[in-house]
Amino acid sequence: MISAFLAAIGRGVRESVNSLGFGARTFFAMLGASGGLLRRFRLITDQVHFIGNYSLVIIGVSGLFVGFVLGLQGYYTLNKYGSEQALGLLVALSLVRELGPVVTALLFAGRAGTSLTAEIGLMKAGEQLAAMEMMAVNPLQRVLAPRFWAGVIAMPALAAIFSAVGVLGGYIVGVLMIGVDEGAFWSQMQAGVDVWKDIANGVIKSVVFGVAVTFIALFQGYEASPTPEGVARATTRTVVIGSLTVLGLDFLLTALMFNT
Amino acid sequence: MQRKSLDVWVGLFVVLGLVALLFLALKAGNLSTISFAKTYNVTARFDNIGGLKPGAPVKSAGVVVGRVDKIALNNKTFQAEVTLKMQSGYQFPKDSSAKILTSGLLGEQYIGLEPGGDTVNLAAGDRISMTQSAIVLENLISQFLFSKAAEGKEDKKQ
Amino acid sequence: MPVPNLVEIRDLHFAYGDRPILTGLQMDFPRGKVIAVMGGSGSGKTTILRLIGGQLTPSSGGVTVNGAPVNTRDNAALYRMRRKMGMLFQHGALFTDLTVFENVAFPLRENTDLPEELVRDLVLMKLQAVGLRNAAALKPAEISGGMARRVALARAVALDPQLIMYDEPFAGLDPISMGVTANLIRRLNDALGSTSILVSHDVHESFQIADYVYFLSQGKIVAHGTPQDMRSSADPYVKQFVHAEADGPVPFHYPGRSLAEDLGMGAQR
Repeated sequence: MISAFLAAIGRGVRESVNSLGFGARTFFAMLGASGGLLRRFRLITDQVHFIGNYSLVIIGVSGLFVGFVLGLQGYYTLNKYGSEQALGLLVALSLVRELGPVVTALLFAGRAGTSLTAEIGLMKAGEQLAAMEMMAVNPLQRVLAPRFWAGVIAMPALAAIFSAVGVLGGYIVGVLMIGVDEGAFWSQMQAGVDVWKDIANGVIKSVVFGVAVTFIALFQGYEASPTPEGVARATTRTVVIGSLTVLGLDFLLTALMFNT
Repeated sequence: MQRKSLDVWVGLFVVLGLVALLFLALKAGNLSTISFAKTYNVTARFDNIGGLKPGAPVKSAGVVVGRVDKIALNNKTFQAEVTLKMQSGYQFPKDSSAKILTSGLLGEQYIGLEPGGDTVNLAAGDRISMTQSAIVLENLISQFLFSKAAEGKEDKKQ
Repeated sequence: MPVPNLVEIRDLHFAYGDRPILTGLQMDFPRGKVIAVMGGSGSGKTTILRLIGGQLTPSSGGVTVNGAPVNTRDNAALYRMRRKMGMLFQHGALFTDLTVFENVAFPLRENTDLPEELVRDLVLMKLQAVGLRNAAALKPAEISGGMARRVALARAVALDPQLIMYDEPFAGLDPISMGVTANLIRRLNDALGSTSILVSHDVHESFQIADYVYFLSQGKIVAHGTPQDMRSSADPYVKQFVHAEADGPVPFHYPGRSLAEDLGMGAQR
């Protein structure tokens, strides 16, 4: 019994390592194949539309509500120490450093990631990728790479929009509804949020998350078994693996970037 | 054609992202306070800089007039040598004094500059001679306890 | 001087993990002919097409196209070879996000630098050959399965390939579409002067258009010859296949216990 269990673990580890290796090879193959895309930039912009524009609504609305909640919760806590003037600073730092990049990446994995996985998986199931290969067109270059670069471009933009809308949300709740002093809200924020240490680091984080989540989504679709269950399982894996990777990378990046 | 309208939406999306970033940088961040104005460097020596960090503001009368550039230990005098990057628009007399102050009770430390009366101003490379070190909390407490103990002894004597 | 056989398969072995799929294959595909590869489901026919196209790597043995081995690590060489091949996948494998026109134009746009006007004319001519010129603006979701198959055929011959491969082109078609497709395969092959390899289990249509037939069973070639030879063959497997007999070398019942055992009548008092 126990030996069967251990064997299962060993098999699982071996498969994961195999998958990881194949994933890494595919990643570098895709990067290598991206050179030819510069002449066909339209492929990338089309994908930015599908990935970015269609995510705007969910990102914008989520950002607004997160800003609202930050404003409320922040006020309640700061009020206890008489520091409610720092509300603007609290909202802005939370969003720009952490919540903007991370929550956007999680939402992105769920919305754009699953649609990418399903699209690629279904293309694989319908033999479209094989047909492309037989026509001497590299599917890594024609199908995967444009979507990858579109995700890398879209993610920082979405994260910035999330943070900006969130700050406005915090302003609406804190200043307009609760009555925190407007001047203090903005001035403390401006004094405390550093463009290079906070905002730029947040942008770097969102780019890294963009690379990770987009590639995970594409790879899961590329590896999916060409059946309905296979595609369904692949979309689930995209969300699970993508989210865990984002959170793990967030810890790593925060430790690297925000050490004083 | 469908292609052209897609391009327009994508362009709008990217512009929106950039606008959001700009908003954050200007309204939420301190980009507007970063000036690309000319600066000149002066040095100051302190016995103890406490929690002063590079990048900390240099203020006079509460207005930011420069930033702390470098902090190093002078191997000969064993004092901390702090390089201050002063904005060229602000000139201070040669006998100004620099104190390390704390904003708020437990906040960030910064350098407060008090102007002297000299007619000659500080030039690049000059050294501020009058400095006051940071207040280290432990020293303060031990001073307090020591003075309390001394008071007690005197009462006893009398 | 060009070799007489466009494609040659020598001593080919292919296994999926531990499962052997093809063993010891020797096949010749002469130029300008239509060759049918037939056999039951799971006999390995589609695998042969993928091996010729370089999508799979044999465990041992070799496939040569035009004298050059297909199994090469040089990706550029493989892609050069593929530009001279056209493949029709089983269900068409059209790109669902593109229109019929754009599907057929795809290989032209990707593999040549022809100007758009020329591409347009070529695409319309190919669609005309398969009778779907007026459906050019439709999407694959808007046309029937048979029509999609014909569009895929137009796409496969877009670059006037030397070798055209058909994977089960008649599967799931109504009799009219089947007749049309078979007709097209033969006419295109002769008009382009190419070689066509036809994988199918449809005896009637394939025998009508093929010049030579290979019969596959469980990964081995059991018979080969002209359609006439096959029809009059005494080989039990070929006979069962050609005359659609229910039982023969390919058993009807899945192998295992006998019915008596299953119904518990084994132990008798």
